[in-house]
Amino acid sequence: MSTESIAWPSTTGESRSFVDHLHEWITTVDHKRLGILYIVYALVFLVIGGVEATVMRIQLIRPHNDFVSPQVFNRMFTMHGTTMIFFVAMPILFGFANYLIPLMIGARDMAFPRLNAFGFWMTAFGGLLLYFSLVGANGLYGAGNAPDVGWFAYAPLTSQTFSVGHSTDFWTLALLVSGFGSIGTAINIVATVLCLRCPGMTLAKMPLFAWLNLVMAGLVILAVSPLTAAQVMLLLDRYLGAHFFDTQAGGSAVIWMHFFWIFGHPEVYVLVLPAFAFASEIIPVFSRKAIFGYPVMVGATVAIGFISMSVWAHHMFTVGMGANVNTFFVISTMAIAVPTGIKIFNWLATMWGGKIEFKTPMLFCIAFLFQFLIAGLTGVMMSAAPFDWQLGNSYFVVAHFHYVIVGGILFTLFAAFYYWFPKMSGKMYSETLGKLHFWLFLIGFHLTFDFMHIPGLLGMPRRIYTYEPGRGWDTWNSIVTIGVFFQAAGILVFLGNLLWSYYRGKDAGSDPWDAWTLEWSTNSPPPAYNFHLIPTVKSRRPLWDLKHPDDPDWKYE
Amino acid sequence: MNTADLTLPKTELEWRLPSRGRVGMSALIAAEAAIFTIFVVAYLFYVGKSLSGPTPRDVLSPPFFYTFCLLSSSLTIHFASRSLRRWSFRSFGAWWLVTITLGAIFLYGTASEWHRLIYRDGLTISTNLFGTTYYSLVGLHGFHVVVGLACLGTVMVFTLFGAVKQEHAERIDVLSLYWHFVDAVWIVVFTVVYVIGR
Repeated sequence: MSTESIAWPSTTGESRSFVDHLHEWITTVDHKRLGILYIVYALVFLVIGGVEATVMRIQLIRPHNDFVSPQVFNRMFTMHGTTMIFFVAMPILFGFANYLIPLMIGARDMAFPRLNAFGFWMTAFGGLLLYFSLVGANGLYGAGNAPDVGWFAYAPLTSQTFSVGHSTDFWTLALLVSGFGSIGTAINIVATVLCLRCPGMTLAKMPLFAWLNLVMAGLVILAVSPLTAAQVMLLLDRYLGAHFFDTQAGGSAVIWMHFFWIFGHPEVYVLVLPAFAFASEIIPVFSRKAIFGYPVMVGATVAIGFISMSVWAHHMFTVGMGANVNTFFVISTMAIAVPTGIKIFNWLATMWGGKIEFKTPMLFCIAFLFQFLIAGLTGVMMSAAPFDWQLGNSYFVVAHFHYVIVGGILFTLFAAFYYWFPKMSGKMYSETLGKLHFWLFLIGFHLTFDFMHIPGLLGMPRRIYTYEPGRGWDTWNSIVTIGVFFQAAGILVFLGNLLWSYYRGKDAGSDPWDAWTLEWSTNSPPPAYNFHLIPTVKSRRPLWDLKHPDDPDWKYE
Repeated sequence: MNTADLTLPKTELEWRLPSRGRVGMSALIAAEAAIFTIFVVAYLFYVGKSLSGPTPRDVLSPPFFYTFCLLSSSLTIHFASRSLRRWSFRSFGAWWLVTITLGAIFLYGTASEWHRLIYRDGLTISTNLFGTTYYSLVGLHGFHVVVGLACLGTVMVFTLFGAVKQEHAERIDVLSLYWHFVDAVWIVVFTVVYVIGR
């Protein structure tokens, strides 16, 4: 272990009661504790959202199944989408950003610690509000019902006429509330990265993790705000009789689509940029090489940030926007594949000639590279408007974006869990269980999402609760559902590994991977003030410089 | 790897970074600007698409006086923060009060216009698309003026108790950034509602 004997304040003994601990966690403004709160909160919702997905897949395992009613099926896909995007993916990524950014840039906390706590609790209450709809949506008498308008809640389905009761209100309020939290956290990340870097860490010497999260936070600021505005409009429509999306009074249903996807598409990049951030930290360490093409990586990130603001209407090719608009969005959507492709080549070049160690985090990253490539390729296919006219709203689309979100984002998230678990807990995870998790999840993922493309190509629309036999969809749907059980088993192994390692794992030491960024220079888990002395850095890999004083990086950068 | 030799060197470097207050407020302003953009787009999209009256040309007249008040408050808040940097707390308090008064006059202007529209012209948020977009856009801006006035008022209370010192100049600047933003948005809202929309 480290020579720095400074740990948590010595008052944190066993003598403290449970209430004291609870109070400490609830009132905390420490970025590491808030990070862990975000992550644990998101893991709870990951299980809930996963159960909802499983319910849908069991319903679709064979034609004319009646596991759940059509009404329940509608609620399931709405709640699954909303939960996974807003209450799993965003909080979990914010959690890692919160925990790691100050440690990586050599700061003692985020720029606005109380705003940080505010952001977390807004997100937390947003999630509770969404699920409170299960009991409260009909106004607390009798059984309520959950929102059932789909995760993008197209108008006019959300108007009072078609959405009676309060289920849609719970949906819109939950997103509004958690949106405020997200914007607050994003402001905090921007201010932290720009204002709290340790001496010597110029923008060109920041870890890529900080760069990618900076761009992600900028996208949150510019993309979640329109969603907030659109939710306010929807609330005005529903409560005060305004006519924004009321087609009977001359309002437009299509403008809701525009407003939603102006948020919705950059949101994909909000989620995937932190995934790139994990890959950009993990792949070099397990390839024993510095990242290939750092300036190009930064440039590609910023380019993705800009282009992603101008691709939203590719979700709307089937609406009929006219040839000129379609052409613009076809071209911009195809253009965004270029910086993303640059990134893939840079990761490959980082691995090329490296001494690759196939530890669990690296396995997940390698799978990510393959899967994200395929996800990107189906994305380019669908960016062509005529192709999209054929396959829009089919299971092909569902397969495509799950390939991005599960195959890309969730895989790197698992990599991040295994990579930083020793830092966050001070304990080493079980490599055997980690590999078991990897293989179970890999098999499950490919069974589910590879084969999901095919019924889509055969014309199976999304969001149907059952289908006729003999259309050629039956076998594919059964295989897809079987894959879900492999994934569920993988998730259980993963959660079991986290718990087992936390209580029984070996001490990890402060730097188990022989890594190069600043978070590995402090204790595991880091003390409340992170660093005994605020460090000074001279290169992008400060710990390499310290470990190899004879051949430091700053001589070459 | 032994961590004993990983004690990081202490700094002797000349190292300056932007102030977190300014950066944070700028980021907030970016978010607010995005929200306003959506409401402005909705307003412009629905200009002339109302199925029934009243129309903007019938009932709206540009509020030049109140606009003048709000825009000049940007100047007075600038004078206020300059006074604070020059140690003259009395003049700071005076300019600050003038700023609040100008903001309050503007808010009165919006309120009286709404009162007239509702009671004389019968225009509410549910009357037609013009009502929907007009009240939401002008209301959103009015809401920001209210928030701004609440913040300015808090500083005023502290000033009266003599708690505002020169070391707070940075924070006062950050707050005045927000106020400048509220003023700048009004120029856009004015142009959209009273010039293009009519």
